[in-house]
Amino acid sequence: MKFTIKEQRKLTSTVYFMRLEGDTTGISKTGQFVQIQLPGFYLRRPISINDWTCGENGTLDLIYKVVGHGTEAMKLLPDGTELDLLIGLGNGYNIDGDEKKPLLIGGGVGVPPLYALCKALIAQGKQPSVVLGFNTASEVFWKDEFEALGVPVTVTTADGTMGVKGFVTSAMDGDFDYVYTCGPEPMFKAVYKVLDEKGISGQFSFEERMACGFGVCMGCSCKTKYGNKRICKDGPVLVKEEIIW
Amino acid sequence: MVNTKVTLSGWTLDNPLIPASGTFGFGKEFAELWDINMLGSFSFKGTTLEPRFGNPTPRIAECTAGMINAVGLQNPGIHHVIEHELPEMKKYFHKKVVANISGFSIDEYVECCRLIDKEDQVGIIEVNVSCPNVHGGGMAFGTSPENAAAVTKAVKAVTTKPVYIKLSPNVTDIVAVAKACEAAGADGLSLINTMLGMRIDLKTKKPVIANTMGGFSGPAIFPVALRMVYQVARAVNIPIIGMGGVATAEDVIEMMLAGATAVQIGAQNLVDPFVCPKIINELPEVMQKYGISSLEEIIGGAWK
Repeated sequence: MKFTIKEQRKLTSTVYFMRLEGDTTGISKTGQFVQIQLPGFYLRRPISINDWTCGENGTLDLIYKVVGHGTEAMKLLPDGTELDLLIGLGNGYNIDGDEKKPLLIGGGVGVPPLYALCKALIAQGKQPSVVLGFNTASEVFWKDEFEALGVPVTVTTADGTMGVKGFVTSAMDGDFDYVYTCGPEPMFKAVYKVLDEKGISGQFSFEERMACGFGVCMGCSCKTKYGNKRICKDGPVLVKEEIIW
Repeated sequence: MVNTKVTLSGWTLDNPLIPASGTFGFGKEFAELWDINMLGSFSFKGTTLEPRFGNPTPRIAECTAGMINAVGLQNPGIHHVIEHELPEMKKYFHKKVVANISGFSIDEYVECCRLIDKEDQVGIIEVNVSCPNVHGGGMAFGTSPENAAAVTKAVKAVTTKPVYIKLSPNVTDIVAVAKACEAAGADGLSLINTMLGMRIDLKTKKPVIANTMGGFSGPAIFPVALRMVYQVARAVNIPIIGMGGVATAEDVIEMMLAGATAVQIGAQNLVDPFVCPKIINELPEVMQKYGISSLEEIIGGAWK
């Protein structure tokens, strides 16, 4: 699927926002991801979907962190560049549950997919609140955008330079009945432990090195209580009950 | 009108294109994207007697014009494949399939081939003696002519289907292994499997792949694969399925000129899930461009 870069903008020293235009009708759920073919690189780059408007000339918003040669090259691509994408990959978040006050917990570059999710939950009449965890104030992004949705937003920073000092678990004392989360594995384990103590369930969106992104290479397999799963196809979202640490 | 038909041990394919084992699953994910019946056939995910989870992750590393995988033969086991995958496959693939079989002992290869022999959906059995990602199996059989011949002989005794032995490039003399398989009764050969490689992460200063090493594939290995197909084709009198870095219709023709009767597409399926239909659609035009009316006539054309 061909997409055109409409805009790229720097959010922090290592995190970039990219808006693309193209046929987004293949995206069905929040929490799905895309695979981007970058000129000069063999494997595609899997990037979570921050937000999109559905249509043959839809917009697709991605937020990515520069972590290696691929994303280093990606940030330099000028507006108007045409890119080949596989879209609508992965199972995405399941928002058909009967929770009323979900808590959305994002850690670092795990924050982006929670934005479209938050909008979808609001549209359902649910009352989400958001916790965004970062290492330090200069790494914080997308706080204003979440606040513009009119939901309670708590920022935590490990060094206390913004918001609550500590990790996301420092901000998990509010009133919530379900959790949607995306972020690094150490954060997941801490969140999982708190949920265990409170007897609350949730969905965790995982990350793994992958090749194809559509379920054939078995590069990103993991074991779950419900059997072997492919993070790219059967995930990236796993429910708390099936996760094996 | 050009003729793209080729014949492997009496089995005629509409075209020489066969997605390689491990890059196509059991076909289902691709069948959701395009009609996979346009393929010559496909080789299903390498199957062992028992189910296997495979290696720890990360299993994937990127390279220049290629990639490394260390999946380690994750598969649901031969019984599950026969009871569930093959009946399911019937719904979306109406041609015969290549059954890719792997093992950790001669008995295991034999038992898998004996079981799959009864399946009408299987056109040929591709015996993988070249997986670089498992210890004590796979490649251990393919790196010595004697062991490869012993596997060949043992599986030939339990099946009436054509047996193609999939060879490893990680040997000093692939021709010797190929000739040993031919002498032991192999009906054909598939080559090459992936080349053993590795990458190191400069940030952690440790190998990227959890299993340290893995199989290197992709366009970067095409010249090596082509050379090996050429060498083996000149030395044996059985058909060869050529593979290794094939990514375009031109590559398919080059592989056939080197001596391949059919051609497998591997890593490229993972980065471009539409590469096979693209090549099949482009083949007639590319054949005409180079004055080729029948693909079968160009097999080994580089040395005949």
